[in-house]
Amino acid sequence: MESNFEALAEAWPRILDGLWITLQLTLGGALLAMVIAVVLGLGSRLHNIVLRGLCRAIMEFFRGTSLVVQLFFFFFVLPQLGLALPAMVCGILGLGLNYGAYAAEVVRGSINSVPTGQWEATTALSMSKSQQMIRVIFPQAWALMIPSLTNYLIHMLKGTAIVSFITLADLTYHTEQLREQTDTFFAYGVSLVIYFVIAYILTLIMNALEVRAKHRLGRGESLREALTPKTPETAAAEGGRKA
Amino acid sequence: MPTTTDPHAAAGDGTAAAVPAIRFENVEKRFGDNVVLKDLNFEVAKGDRVTLIGPSGSGKTTILRLVMTLESLSEGYIYIDGEPLTHELRDGKRVARSEKAQKQIRKRIGMVFQQFNLFPNMTVLENIIEAPVHVLGQSKAEATKRAMELLESVGLPGKANAHPLQLSGGQQQRVAIARALAMDPDILLLDEVTSALDPEIVGEVLGILRHIAETTDITMLIVTHEMQFARDVSNRVMMFDGGRVVEEATPDVMFTNPQHERTQAFLHAVLGSGDGHIGTH
Repeated sequence: MESNFEALAEAWPRILDGLWITLQLTLGGALLAMVIAVVLGLGSRLHNIVLRGLCRAIMEFFRGTSLVVQLFFFFFVLPQLGLALPAMVCGILGLGLNYGAYAAEVVRGSINSVPTGQWEATTALSMSKSQQMIRVIFPQAWALMIPSLTNYLIHMLKGTAIVSFITLADLTYHTEQLREQTDTFFAYGVSLVIYFVIAYILTLIMNALEVRAKHRLGRGESLREALTPKTPETAAAEGGRKA
Repeated sequence: MPTTTDPHAAAGDGTAAAVPAIRFENVEKRFGDNVVLKDLNFEVAKGDRVTLIGPSGSGKTTILRLVMTLESLSEGYIYIDGEPLTHELRDGKRVARSEKAQKQIRKRIGMVFQQFNLFPNMTVLENIIEAPVHVLGQSKAEATKRAMELLESVGLPGKANAHPLQLSGGQQQRVAIARALAMDPDILLLDEVTSALDPEIVGEVLGILRHIAETTDITMLIVTHEMQFARDVSNRVMMFDGGRVVEEATPDVMFTNPQHERTQAFLHAVLGSGDGHIGTH
């Protein structure tokens, strides 16, 4: 056991490098996924049947194909077509498109869940379609979509573990290396703990966003109130999944 | 109700003295196979306060929603100040007007809803200045000044920074009235504005609307179950049933001496008194 921890200490800088790759992929993928989710989510509500159909087709395509195959396609096939992208870009692209396609459905559903009266009030005030969406509907839909987005974010964090297939030395890759110097139980145990800690931190951040978003709608306490008397654990328990 | 002006002559020019604020011409509204309004013709003169009464499902609210373009018109035309609202007759064909054209007209129309529909992601003040700033292009300072005056006039001077959901129903509705007035509408549509309120705060909202009726010349189209309010505020009452106008009269005549059997039955049921007169409440 002693030697395990020595090996871990020795491998720790490399594990941190791997962690950094994992975080870059997660955050980059999340940002891209959010942009794609909003574009496709809004697009799938359009009147224009061609654009709507296109958005739905893209959504279905990226939801319906394997993430691993998408990554292989970006990394191994695109260069053959004359477009060689760095592995990190391929990873972010694959994760962003795949999870963006899932999250688009969340965005669309949340927007549709904003009460009709809110849309009608914007019409009665002669607001344009974009003002309606940006200033009234989306801010309300945002509070509704956060719990589901949190789920996808955590999924994505764990999904990054497959990028070692396209030569990226992420957290999983380096714990795999650690296994060769220690043992299976220890190396994968370390890996589990690190993934869990990051997932938990991400959940806490998303819960904070949700508290803030709800407070802005006049529901629930402010973030400051939520943080002062309570421990983060209770906030997390309250956040979780509310559809 | 015969129409007195020719739609094409009236359209677009404001020279005719008697161009009505609102004119329905052969309006039909269907929801699927369900015909809610059938061949409806009526006019509302500028500055008129017209109350629509009738049993639920008679199409009263649909009329307001058509004027606000919240529903699409199945057949016929609606003219606002003589200008076609959603559809026009062009080369003998009924064609939809552009969104841009509709928006220009819509700006002159305000609506207060049964469920208030304040934006929960904004404070009271932000709710009121949102459209004046972003739709009418007023400066924020100008819009805020006007909003504070309006809040004062609806009796909520201290609530500018409150969130809508922190307010009572009556307060929310007063903010909604201020929000509609901030757009300086020529026409104000009031859709059962007190139906979602506790009986004891209905009065405060109606008091404000009475005051607006007395101090402005805004054309009002009102759907309400508050017959006393209808009587106080409106100069014309239209009784609807089955998507048609059954009877139309001044409030005095309508509430004391209704001619049509259907009106008599309705008022009897609503007012719950034998003689059809309105008591005080």
